[in-house]
Amino acid sequence: MMGGRGGFTILLSFAVAIALMIVSLPSWIAWARPDWLALALIYWCIALPHRIGIFSGFTAGLALDVIRGGLLGQYAAAYTVIAFLAIKLHRRMRHFPVWQQALTVFLILLLGQLTILWIKGIIDEPVPILYYWIPSFTGLLVWPVVFIVLRSIRRNFHVQ
Amino acid sequence: MATDYKKDYLTGLRTTLSAALYPIQVVVDLPRSGGNWLKETFSSRQQLQEENASLRAQNLLLETRLQKYDALLAENNRLRELLDSSSKVNEDVLIAEILSIDLEPFTRRIIINKGDIEGVFLEQPLLDANGILGQVVSIGAFSSTAMLITDPSHALPVQSLRTGARAIAVGIATGNQLKLEHIPNNADIKIGDVLVTSGLGGRFPVGYPVGTITTFEIDPSQPFAKVSAKPNADIEHVREVLLVRNKPPTLNIEHTNELSEELSGEPTHSIVDDEQDSTVIDTLDNQDGEQ
Repeated sequence: MMGGRGGFTILLSFAVAIALMIVSLPSWIAWARPDWLALALIYWCIALPHRIGIFSGFTAGLALDVIRGGLLGQYAAAYTVIAFLAIKLHRRMRHFPVWQQALTVFLILLLGQLTILWIKGIIDEPVPILYYWIPSFTGLLVWPVVFIVLRSIRRNFHVQ
Repeated sequence: MATDYKKDYLTGLRTTLSAALYPIQVVVDLPRSGGNWLKETFSSRQQLQEENASLRAQNLLLETRLQKYDALLAENNRLRELLDSSSKVNEDVLIAEILSIDLEPFTRRIIINKGDIEGVFLEQPLLDANGILGQVVSIGAFSSTAMLITDPSHALPVQSLRTGARAIAVGIATGNQLKLEHIPNNADIKIGDVLVTSGLGGRFPVGYPVGTITTFEIDPSQPFAKVSAKPNADIEHVREVLLVRNKPPTLNIEHTNELSEELSGEPTHSIVDDEQDSTVIDTLDNQDGEQ
């Protein structure tokens, strides 16, 4: 999956996304941290659905679970859902203008967060309900940036 | 997920994966550690001398106190022997540094730079210079994750230093605070009371400071008072933590004895801590029982 044709670039972009997920931020802004890893995953699913898919999503989620010390598998489950939806919608999303893409991404992120909320609910992990959804909104706002940056990376490094 | 939640088969997998992902954590922590390094490298000679002098003065002060402490320790041991109970005072500690990394939002966990290799073990208590900080919840080869006492899923058995009343201190999802659960409205609690660990859970050493009561609100329509405390440990700013090495001994055994006594239907309040204020404990125990 990762050999040749820019596999290293994809891996590196995921590593950077994970790093962005754990960079220490002041607590008032940490709640609004967009889910960078999910955004990167969605982008690669849309751009290269034949290479990045549900399994990559699962692996990335597992890595995030381990590195953030949550319940092993909650992000893996959520990212599986996200990757599935992104793969399912990739033909349509490629033709959308960026703002419409952002709205679709927002919905996908919401569904991903809902999965995690269910899991947290099952294991009785308390979650302040309103703050919890902020990352999806910030994800909506930063999607155009992520899209443009990753697209230029994909073109410059000939990832296909 | 269910396996991870209920059993510990997956600990090995988690340990391996976290060792593989440790480089990312180190890179993320780099700006802070690099900044520290730069500061130390380029601080002037005079600054260092001043710091040295002040440290020396502080050391002298601490040593003097330690002498007094030694005398007290001897006396304490002697008295304990008289009371025929075991003493456990020489806790051996390991110093670890916190990595500047954000974990799962809405939980209060930290990553420290000591792991399996340095002998960190699960449920190991974490202290800073001022009080209890948390406990280790998962271990990697080079790093481990600790849950702070302010985490919403953490509960810590405490007792009031003034009255000896016992309570459970639970973390809350937002902010650097603890709340005391199931405190009856007529409990003898004042703002400013110091809470220390009671050691009843068997995980934390006895008598370490935990926090100070900040609010005590009574709402007559509610069965319990609303009590919150501020942790003594400087949770927001601490950089270096102490890991207590040896597991607190003997207490577990006492605790199970006490439990079996409870199960066999004996009165619950005639237990080990005789010196405690029994009225408050009675009400507390009763309330707990109703829950």
